[in-house]
Amino acid sequence: MIHSPYIRKPASVSSVMLTVLLALIPGIAMYVWQVGAGILVNLLIATIVAVAAEALVLKLRGRPVLLGIGDLSAVVTAWLIVLCFPPIVPWWITVIAVLVAIIAVKHLYGGLGQNPFNPAMVAYCAMIVAYPSLMSQWPPAGGLDFQTQLGLILGGMRDIDAVTAATALDAMRTGLRTGAGTIDAVMTQPTFGTLGGRGYEWIALGYLVGGLILLFRRTITWHMPVAFIVGLASTACLFWLFNPAQFASPLFHLASGGAMLAAFFIVTDPVSGATTPRGKLIFAAGIGILAYLIRAFGAFPEGIAFAVLLMNMCVPLIDMKTQPPVFGQRSRKLP
Amino acid sequence: MSARLFSFHGGVKPEHHKNESAGSPIRPAPLPTRLIVPLRHNTRAVAVCRVEPGQTVLKGERIGDAEGVLGTAVHAPASGTVVEIREHPMAHPSGLATTCVVIEPDGEERWVPHQPYDHLASDRQSTLNYLRDSGIVGMGGAAFPSHVKLGAGSGIETLVLNGAECEPWITCDDRLMRERAVTIIDGAIILFELIGARRILVGIEDNKPEAIAAMRAAAADCKAPIEVVAVPTRYPAGGEKQLIRVLTGIEIPHGKLGGEYGVQCFNVGTAHAVHRAIRHGEPLLSRVVTLTGNAAQPGNYEVLIGTPIADLLPLMQPKPGTDRYLLGGPMMGFALPDLSVPIVKGSNCIIAASQALFPEPEPELACIRCGECARACPADLQPFELYWYSRSRNFGKAQEYHLFDCIECGCCAFVCPSHIPLVDYYRFAKTEIWARERENTAASQARDRFEFRNYRIEREKAEKAARLAAKAAETKAKLAKTGEPVAIEKGGDDKPAVSSDDPKKALIAAALARAKQQKAEVEARNTTDLPPETAAEIAEIDARRKSLDLSSKATSTASSTPNQASPPSVESKLPQANDAADSTGTAVHVNEERK
Repeated sequence: MIHSPYIRKPASVSSVMLTVLLALIPGIAMYVWQVGAGILVNLLIATIVAVAAEALVLKLRGRPVLLGIGDLSAVVTAWLIVLCFPPIVPWWITVIAVLVAIIAVKHLYGGLGQNPFNPAMVAYCAMIVAYPSLMSQWPPAGGLDFQTQLGLILGGMRDIDAVTAATALDAMRTGLRTGAGTIDAVMTQPTFGTLGGRGYEWIALGYLVGGLILLFRRTITWHMPVAFIVGLASTACLFWLFNPAQFASPLFHLASGGAMLAAFFIVTDPVSGATTPRGKLIFAAGIGILAYLIRAFGAFPEGIAFAVLLMNMCVPLIDMKTQPPVFGQRSRKLP
Repeated sequence: MSARLFSFHGGVKPEHHKNESAGSPIRPAPLPTRLIVPLRHNTRAVAVCRVEPGQTVLKGERIGDAEGVLGTAVHAPASGTVVEIREHPMAHPSGLATTCVVIEPDGEERWVPHQPYDHLASDRQSTLNYLRDSGIVGMGGAAFPSHVKLGAGSGIETLVLNGAECEPWITCDDRLMRERAVTIIDGAIILFELIGARRILVGIEDNKPEAIAAMRAAAADCKAPIEVVAVPTRYPAGGEKQLIRVLTGIEIPHGKLGGEYGVQCFNVGTAHAVHRAIRHGEPLLSRVVTLTGNAAQPGNYEVLIGTPIADLLPLMQPKPGTDRYLLGGPMMGFALPDLSVPIVKGSNCIIAASQALFPEPEPELACIRCGECARACPADLQPFELYWYSRSRNFGKAQEYHLFDCIECGCCAFVCPSHIPLVDYYRFAKTEIWARERENTAASQARDRFEFRNYRIEREKAEKAARLAAKAAETKAKLAKTGEPVAIEKGGDDKPAVSSDDPKKALIAAALARAKQQKAEVEARNTTDLPPETAAEIAEIDARRKSLDLSSKATSTASSTPNQASPPSVESKLPQANDAADSTGTAVHVNEERK
């Protein structure tokens, strides 16, 4: 017997996920334009593997397979993994990463809605720890044609130091640590564009546009992107003001690496993130701060993924301690 | 003079579907062949029946007396004959039966004698009693007795009149306000005078401009400080606490009544009923019901309480495809399990439901913690957490997350992208918690009863012992007076030494002494007045027996042990009795704390 309410808003998980996928399109388009179409190959591989893995696990778990695939959550995970990875990463790394995310991180914890960690971020961390060099080979913007990219993705042998370059974050780090000079000196390298990595800053802009679409469509609330950006930028600002020659500007940090992708698409993952309004602010600001600290002082050039996982661990505590007052708790009785 | 409006958190904007029936004026529903008037009108109050089968009743005659704090009277909605008094399913999702008076109307509509009531010339309590005996209850749905609301709290600043009618499809209050604004305002003023408020705020959702205009016109014609406020259309703006919040900014917590916060809220239908009761002396016999949904002729009807819903359905001409009927709105109403149930004072709308209008929900998916429900919740709860804990039967946690603050408005389930029937989970958790509380109460009552029984038995033993001790002391004193204390001392050679300061021992000693004395007397009586030969014979036998006795005593001392054992056993029981009394006392105390 069905109970009230008898009417429902036309909303569904698949429409939420579809909105997220559509909002990624500006960023992907920028990617193709600036770096090349290789990313599309990886997206295709990841999507197929994710859907197949999802279907397999759902079948093993005795859950409705079509319903589970239809929610498109596996596709979102797959796309986010690919967008975090270098676009010329070998296909088998993508496959392993997607399998880790879907099977281990998502389904071993109970499937959609139950995973305490962000699947894409676990996959990224696992891969960068397991294959640090392959995961650090980024093509320079416009440096490789599609044939070469396809060859690198599908082919076995890689002699690619000739064709890849360090990312902006990596170059900045190496530059500063090797004592090559100040920020200004480092920024003259060809890797850098106006704000962040040359070409990659356009992709960041694409993610920003997609993120604004999500905000506008109310798929996400403002709390997480704003808190993440403020957390990252203000920490960067603090160090930059302290020593502008040795610490990159907040704008550089926002425009480089995965900051924009993270702000709107990764930090905002509802399943593994905090849920109360205040909790969202704490959670996302924490990621911003940790991400900066890992970037500036850690062992890896990009720290967002580790920051996300660290904050994922804090979610139950954050949620518990930030419960908003319920209706009537603020009111006072008549004297 | 537009007041500043406040807002409540959350809420949703479903399609309102008011136009279907809002245009059709209130028409009287035809007299049904049978009226089934329930004596129960809310979950906590059943009226005491005062009619018998076969009895003729007049319209407005009282057929049930108010009983209990929340009781109100029940009246015959039409003149006719009481056919029977029987159990009949009620308008409740459970379809459970309740005692109903079945009246066959004679169609003559003969009224019981009635006259207006002058509430200004009467004291407050008698007016409240009058309203109770007129069967006035809240017409918004919950049917809470109005006299209880009016009696609660003093220093009420604001009387809120609820004309928001936020549920989709329902238009009965809208029509009532459009057509009977003057009587509603008059009823509101009576309520205003009764609670001594300082102002009246009428809240109407701004999707009812005609009703707002009519109420403003009626309010302009009277001197009382009335303001008709258009509130933004957002479900559940018509929830009592939400409307109070919007109009006054006051948030009334769960479990509290408005009176404690200086504000009291009544439905416009209730104000209308109060007007009929005070100005015309008419008890509450009918209400306006919206008939709408998948129907050719949606409309609003003045329906007698007790009219079977099946009798009303032809009035709206349900269209093909109607597969069930909802009582109330689509957000909080329920599908009627039985169409023979009668209209009651809180029934505001019947919706003919079809798959096209109210499709089956899509399959339930996993919660993705998107927080849409929390953004929609007008009680500022975290519905997904409640869902999580209800689903995992972690009811303690669910209560920590304020499960019982949930008003079951359905906003969370309305917005949920995973199509989770969230409210059903909360209903489940609530009923489970209630059931457990009932079990706990029953168990603790049983335990208290058992402990008290033990305590009583021990206490009676102790009392008996004390009585006997007192008696023994008395006997001892008496014996001491007559100068024969030796009798006690000599009482028996197998008796333990008696210390005079121990009343219990003295008592036992005295009892034994008495027994011996009696025995001796009896024996003496048997052997007196005997011939000397017989006496000699007996003496001989006695001597023989004594020698036997002595020998047996020498071999076995067991026969004497019971006598020795009995005094300590009494002693050992007494402190136990005291312990039991103490522990029971604590148990009773704990129980009080629990309450």
